[in-house]
Amino acid sequence: MRLPCPICGERDRREFYYQGAAVALNRPAPDADADAWQDFVYLRENLPGDHQELWSHDAGCGAWLVVTRNTVTHAVLGAKLASEADR
Amino acid sequence: MRFDRLTKGFSGLRVLKEGLTGNTGWTPHWRDPEPKPEYDIIIIGGGGHGLATAHYLASQHDITNVAVLEKGYLGGGNVGRNTTIVRANYMLPGNSEFYSHSLKLWEGLEDDLNYNVMHSQRGIINLFHSDGQRDAFARRGNQMIAQGDDAILLDRAGVQRLLPYLDFEQTRFPIYGGLYHKRGGTARHDAVAWGFARGADSRGVDLIQQCEVTGIDIENGAVRGVQTTRGAIRAKKVGMVVAGRSSQVAAMAGMRLPIESHVLQAFVTEGLKPVIDHVITYGMGHFYISQSDKGGLVFGGDLDLYSSYASRGNLPTAEHVAEAAMTLMPVIGKAKMLRSWGGIMDMTPDGSPVIDRTHIDGLYVNCGWCYGGFKATPASGHTFAHLLATDTPHPVAAKLRLDRFRTGRGILDEEATGSQHNLH
Ligand SMILES: Cc1cc2nc3c(=O)[nH]c(=O)nc-3n(C[C@H](O)[C@H](O)[C@H](O)COP(=O)(O)OP(=O)(O)OC[C@H]3O[C@@H](n4cnc5c(N)ncnc54)[C@H](O)[C@@H]3O)c2cc1C
Ligand SMILES: [Zn+2]
Repeated sequence: MRLPCPICGERDRREFYYQGAAVALNRPAPDADADAWQDFVYLRENLPGDHQELWSHDAGCGAWLVVTRNTVTHAVLGAKLASEADR
Repeated sequence: MRFDRLTKGFSGLRVLKEGLTGNTGWTPHWRDPEPKPEYDIIIIGGGGHGLATAHYLASQHDITNVAVLEKGYLGGGNVGRNTTIVRANYMLPGNSEFYSHSLKLWEGLEDDLNYNVMHSQRGIINLFHSDGQRDAFARRGNQMIAQGDDAILLDRAGVQRLLPYLDFEQTRFPIYGGLYHKRGGTARHDAVAWGFARGADSRGVDLIQQCEVTGIDIENGAVRGVQTTRGAIRAKKVGMVVAGRSSQVAAMAGMRLPIESHVLQAFVTEGLKPVIDHVITYGMGHFYISQSDKGGLVFGGDLDLYSSYASRGNLPTAEHVAEAAMTLMPVIGKAKMLRSWGGIMDMTPDGSPVIDRTHIDGLYVNCGWCYGGFKATPASGHTFAHLLATDTPHPVAAKLRLDRFRTGRGILDEEATGSQHNLH
């Protein structure tokens, strides 16, 4: 599996750290209710198919990326910098 | 019942008799029934946990108007893909009583099922490689003893006596000792699925294969039945027991679960003469190993660590496991690897499972087994059957609640790695 880092180009999966579904970009307000926090910290959509996820290019430029990847075929469909992703 | 076993069930005498009469008396281990229009209870998922639930519903609660719906074939999921390790070495209240209960059920399982599941209490040795790790294992061992299980802290010489073939002088991580859990071991995974299947079927439960659940019917907040590839089936109660596919099935009821699915790989070598008598885990790399009764060295490591619904992994994890294997026991380099495969793991953010009701009347959930649900099979079925039958949680599973993630009370983070699904 290779991921296309927008800064470094296509690199081997070993250079990256996987954090989880890209929910971390939608952090609730500090005073949001328990449901909103449960949703953010614990619950996941987790359906087979295309998945938006957070990877860090640890052994490269260090940037956080939002990667779109198919969880059934492992095909990588694209990546952009988390700092530029829609939220 | 005992007499029955001589004529219809399994016994040494029966093997002898069949051997002398051309093995013509054996019959299929279960029926292949058509689904009925309605059941008291439907279990979605014919893995180890679903089949065990059905067995205990019938044998402990006399509830036999039950169907297990399996989209593939019985035992084709994780129950037939795992590395078969059975242990009770947890130390967090909530987990410890549950896994203690499970190991006790294992110890009586073959008699209960009249089925040889090849449960082998060959002992597990968790190696440690530093003073800090020794302290952590000493503490875990004490907790295990306090909860009624067994543990022995071995020093280096103690490990050397049992496992002389390990490399004790690895340059970076010399072996300091190990935590020895004698009642831990392995079992034949397929046989566990088959034994529970036969136990349920012989008491009247319908095991329906090639029957995928595609929808869950809910009216006024109560479950009414399911839609399947073999038609609609009504039921008063429905239990979701689908391991790696839990989120997908729960979504049919409009639910989101605290689960991310990940792939875990395993590996097996060609058959060899007996060389490894125990289960061994490496404390400084992702590697554990045992030898199957067929002679293959069965080993594995960590998740591939990215979310996946593919029952196969990638090379980096295979490579890491092979490196760790060569570091710990160089002798393994002589063996040829025969096969590798993967399974989909239902990873929770605290690494512990859920056995609970849902907010929908009559809909129950059993999920979140991460990569350790094989050893849980008897207790999972036993306590889930109790919940389905009585609508009250079984005492040893009372802390495996779904709402712990909402309230924050009773989070069961055994390894204290925090709320990231792939870290447990
Ligand atoms: C490589 C590997 C190694 C492991 N090693 C160990 C170990 O050493 N010790 C240990 O304790 N655990 C281990 N595990 C974990 C253990 O195998 C699982 O936690 C456990 O088997 C899960 O429960 P189950 O048997 O019910 O799951 P499964 O056997 O996966 O059963 C779920 C069933 O649900 C069915 N299903 C899914 N969706 C639907 C639907 N819509 N309709 C109908 N049916 C459906 C599936 O086809 C499947 O048969 C390992 C797992 C893997 C993959
Ligand atoms: Zn980069």
